Amino acid sequence: MPDPDALPPLSLTVPEPEVRPGGQPDFSHVAIPRAGTVRRPPVDADPEEIRDLAFTIIRVMNREGEAVGPWAEALDFTPDDLLEGLRHMMTLRIYDARMLNAQRQQKTSFYMQHLGEEAISCGFQRALAPGDMNFPTYRQAGLLIAAGYPLSAMMNQVFSNAEDPMRGRQLPVCYSSREHGFFTISGNLATQYIQAVGWAMASAISGDRKISAAWIGDGSTAESDFHAALVFASTYKAPVVLNVVNNQWAISTFQGIARGGSGTFAARGLGFGIPSLRVDGNDYLAVLAVAKWATERARRNLGPTMIEYVTYRAGGHSTSDDPSAYRPAEESNAWPLGDPILRLKNHLIRLGVWSDDRHAQAEAEILAEITAAQKRAEAIGTLHHGQHPSPVDMFEDVYAEMPPHLLKQRHEAGF
Amino acid sequence: MARMTMIEAIRDALDVAMGADPRVVVFGEDVGYFGGVFRCTAGLQAKYGKTRCFDTPINESGIVGAGIGMAAYGLKPVVEIQFADYVYPAYDQIVSEAARLRYRSAGQFTCPMVVRMPTGGGIFGGQTHSQSPEALFTHVTGLKTVVPSNPRDAKGLLLSAIADPDPVIFLEPKRLYNGPFDGHHDRPVTAWKTHELGEVPEGHYTVPLGKAVVRRQGQAATILTYGTMVHVALAAAAESGVDAEVIDLRTLLPLDMETVAASVSKTGRCLVLHEATLTSGYGAELAALVQAECFWHLEAPIRRVAGWDTPYPHTHEWSYFPGPARVAEALRQLVEVA
Repeated sequence: MPDPDALPPLSLTVPEPEVRPGGQPDFSHVAIPRAGTVRRPPVDADPEEIRDLAFTIIRVMNREGEAVGPWAEALDFTPDDLLEGLRHMMTLRIYDARMLNAQRQQKTSFYMQHLGEEAISCGFQRALAPGDMNFPTYRQAGLLIAAGYPLSAMMNQVFSNAEDPMRGRQLPVCYSSREHGFFTISGNLATQYIQAVGWAMASAISGDRKISAAWIGDGSTAESDFHAALVFASTYKAPVVLNVVNNQWAISTFQGIARGGSGTFAARGLGFGIPSLRVDGNDYLAVLAVAKWATERARRNLGPTMIEYVTYRAGGHSTSDDPSAYRPAEESNAWPLGDPILRLKNHLIRLGVWSDDRHAQAEAEILAEITAAQKRAEAIGTLHHGQHPSPVDMFEDVYAEMPPHLLKQRHEAGF
Repeated sequence: MARMTMIEAIRDALDVAMGADPRVVVFGEDVGYFGGVFRCTAGLQAKYGKTRCFDTPINESGIVGAGIGMAAYGLKPVVEIQFADYVYPAYDQIVSEAARLRYRSAGQFTCPMVVRMPTGGGIFGGQTHSQSPEALFTHVTGLKTVVPSNPRDAKGLLLSAIADPDPVIFLEPKRLYNGPFDGHHDRPVTAWKTHELGEVPEGHYTVPLGKAVVRRQGQAATILTYGTMVHVALAAAAESGVDAEVIDLRTLLPLDMETVAASVSKTGRCLVLHEATLTSGYGAELAALVQAECFWHLEAPIRRVAGWDTPYPHTHEWSYFPGPARVAEALRQLVEVA
């Protein structure tokens, strides 16, 4: 029998981020391969033989704005397609800025922005087809924008006004549009990751051709539902793309708390035998490239793919959060993967289809378009002013048919 | 005495407990470095070190499950669930494990753990930041459930909960964190510093679990309530012209039936009030107990006022919330019964 007293006493490990407020931001520990250097295996590659892709970062655009390497070569997007993608990202950023401001003016109770993460949702949606379904978190509104969902409907939801498609029942940004492949956002974390797997299994059971996409943040991968999703997806080879957006921060908690001793979040998939890619989330072309690879696997019934998008949450978690309390204010500027909009803009200029002038002009056009939509939405109503859904509606949709006790309560409430 | 908000009082209780007993450990999501999204644990990591106050992965089942393991070992974990609405993934750990550890091991293993969580609405938090799930805990034997209504009680009750040998669910009405909210959402916010129960004794003291308190003496009817609704009940009593006695239950389980029965037996009329949804709510248990113990004193059927049986709606928060107007109307009807 060993003598435990021969060893020093135990002590608890609690991970700490590299830097806290007051410190010098330092991302030198983030190993970033040069663009174009990571191989692109065939989509039916043996998962065992592509484990390295969970520990690297797939990147397409280099510093000069060129699209390079095997992932670039597999892309079939025209310059016009890419210009459209740029417009999606610019729209999302300007929309965010307007809504953040609206929250400060108390036109809405709450808002969550995407600053720095626009490429991920705007890009991924391009790989989906009508009938496919996203199970998004609150930071993937780019899926809706790229799917052509009207900005006015998004604003009506954020303002909880009479035209809010969710009838004022949901927190702002908890959109839902079945028609646009956007599952109703829960607000609880990770709960929907496994539901995306179930949706994909249903498509397979039904002999259909639809696939689904699950979305989660780095922090929420700690939830048990994430692990439930991986085991179901793995066991049934569900036609689902398991997306993990690693934006480094879960409110005040750095990603090391959720990641623990694992090298990367993508590596979580490997234990389940799920092919897993790690990608530069600020590189719109890289996002397109991996989304295409993963969705093709799903459509060819090859099973699930996990994708970790390496990015950075440049803004606060929400309008209730002030990140300067837990990370250096300059940290966002030090983030080594740059700004997704700027990077795609530079690529398009390099291609000769874009210019600084045209960019500035597009910015002005989008701002005008969003401002006009906002005026229309505000004319209907905002949180405390104008027209709202009727309170009688509060009692609807609890059940398909209102049971007697609820009807009685509705009458008691005066409706 | 010091003037404190409920947040400060809770933090002070944790500070006192951690200072007095090295077995007390505090953890949860954003609880460590940042000090909690409502700031209830601010400064504790800096003071006691990061092995006694720390951030956890986002996994409520993990938070409670790890807490149970630590409690069984001999520590006294005080864990935070960021919002009561997030507690459901931990429900299995609470119901099947924490609540039954003592029973199934015949006392070999026990669970002296406190699970803190902000509860209730009134902050435009929508469906996932507004719920009042107390009945899900009072229904589980082996748990104690506490809901303070003011800073002074919050500190004293939390210190009792930490000292308790069994698991305690500690529900903190988030709308009361910064002031005694009486349901008049359109009026300026009152701060705790102007309220006598915002005066919090320094150092260690306890408010015992299982003891209710009469907040307002009255003769015409009894309002049984807790948490935010205590202040709503007081406003309704003042505005309705009904001389209602307002009882702040403070602990839902074990319940201080003696105080309840004495009051209802005196007034002969009883209104049960909670923010949680009506059906199978804690009010149903109160009504059953009151009719069993006070039946021959009752002059009118027991009334319940509660949140409607719908999810907590974002925009319609104030149509949903059982505010002073609804309570006052129910009081008037209650005393009109011949």
